[in-house]
Amino acid sequence: ALPGRRRATCLATSGFPVRSLLSPRRTDTGCRRLLHPGLSHCCCRRRRVLRPPPRPTGEMLLRGLLGPGAAAWSAISGLRGLVLLLLCLGGAVRASEITFELPDNAKQCFYEEIAQGTKCTLEFQVITGGHYDVDCRLEDPDGLVLYKEMKKQYDSFTFTASRNGTYKFCFSNEFSTFTHKTVYFDFQVGEDPPLFPSENRVTALTQMESACVSIHEALKSVIDYQTHFRLREAQGRSRAEDLNTRVAYWSIGEAIILLVVSIGQVFLLKSFFSDKRTTTTRVGS
Amino acid sequence: MAARGGLLVLVLLLLVSAVSRSFGLYFHLGETERRCFIEEIPDETMVIGNYRTQLYDKQREDYMPATPGLGMFVEVKDPDDKLILSRQYGSEGRFTFTSHAPGEHQICLHSNSTKFSLFAGGMLRVHLDIQVGEHANDYAEIAAKDKLSELQLRVRQLIEQVEQIQKEQNYQRWREERFRQTSESTNQRVLWWSIVQTLILVSIGLWQMRHLKSFFEAKKLV
Repeated sequence: ALPGRRRATCLATSGFPVRSLLSPRRTDTGCRRLLHPGLSHCCCRRRRVLRPPPRPTGEMLLRGLLGPGAAAWSAISGLRGLVLLLLCLGGAVRASEITFELPDNAKQCFYEEIAQGTKCTLEFQVITGGHYDVDCRLEDPDGLVLYKEMKKQYDSFTFTASRNGTYKFCFSNEFSTFTHKTVYFDFQVGEDPPLFPSENRVTALTQMESACVSIHEALKSVIDYQTHFRLREAQGRSRAEDLNTRVAYWSIGEAIILLVVSIGQVFLLKSFFSDKRTTTTRVGS
Repeated sequence: MAARGGLLVLVLLLLVSAVSRSFGLYFHLGETERRCFIEEIPDETMVIGNYRTQLYDKQREDYMPATPGLGMFVEVKDPDDKLILSRQYGSEGRFTFTSHAPGEHQICLHSNSTKFSLFAGGMLRVHLDIQVGEHANDYAEIAAKDKLSELQLRVRQLIEQVEQIQKEQNYQRWREERFRQTSESTNQRVLWWSIVQTLILVSIGLWQMRHLKSFFEAKKLV
């Protein structure tokens, strides 16, 4: 089973992407506190922390960024400070959040070059259009399919890049004949870069600074919640507006049909009695 | 040891330069194709977009930086379909705009190539990066300009984040009002339609009976 599978079943009952519910530092109890009573407990029980908890010290921040291998290498090389500086500056870490329109019978692909060992998350949601579903497919540089789902409304998939290269993910609306869809996706590669490269970051963060870091993480999850809420609301609003126009057209159409049919009935009935003169006289006498 | 250190630095520098030159996400664009992206943002929010193009070179069978003559048209429309930015940039560009109305802004890109043979059957590879609101801030620049210490910069970042959250919540209130208006309008329409339909039915029924009665009376059937 693909690593994202468990999360996918969790989504079905909760109706809310797991990544936004589980903030990095939350434990089980914290998650339950955050959850709205209406949302399922499923996401809490199958707790999967999607991002490693942020480490307060600068050095450990670096380790989180690079992974254990590179941290060991930096220890061996003995040029810790310089390594920190350079890799903080370079770092292939980014998040792309894009909303685009997918016409009917179309397929759109996006590519990203990812280094080996980077933890990435792809999350998508259909905002408007038809049954609000889309096909999604994620392939690694060898063409191996890492994630493939048909007609999904929203999903979140985390994977660790097994090799360097260009990863490709595609959204397809080929099953739809005339509805075009608006799709939102958020592709996060690696961790977020630190605020600024700290050349002298061999000392630990002060209490104030680590408080700032934790507030920053909490605010990031608030913004994440807000984004998902906004998307849900956009979806709901799109459905409501669809319903509104449908009701308008339907009521006008049905009124016209009623009038036409009833007047037509009368004239048709009249024509039965007008044409056959023999019937009329027979009935009359 | 020093030589090893020096080599390490060189390797790291190369790695860094290679990585920092790429924007990340890219997609393929046909010659006459126009790709639009939607950003739903509150008002007074800054959006910065960076893009970089590469053209497929048949001789080298790889994507190389595009010729200087090849540019991209960038058009940005606000929620009322008014054009707020329409400019042509080179093969590598950066566009910025600030929203003055909350809602869905549309950012459209298409290439300005008029010669159909320029793409030579290949596609244009466009690297795109759009940063909205707080993410658009360059903290290194802010720190240098206002001469902020590390803690002050962190607090500034938190302030910006909270402002973004506030703006989003205001926008949310506005959107919810629209949603409520739409729902109430649907409710009204359903109500009126059912009343009108009943009236039509009853009146048509009465008219039918009256008309047919007079018709049959005329035909001396009744």
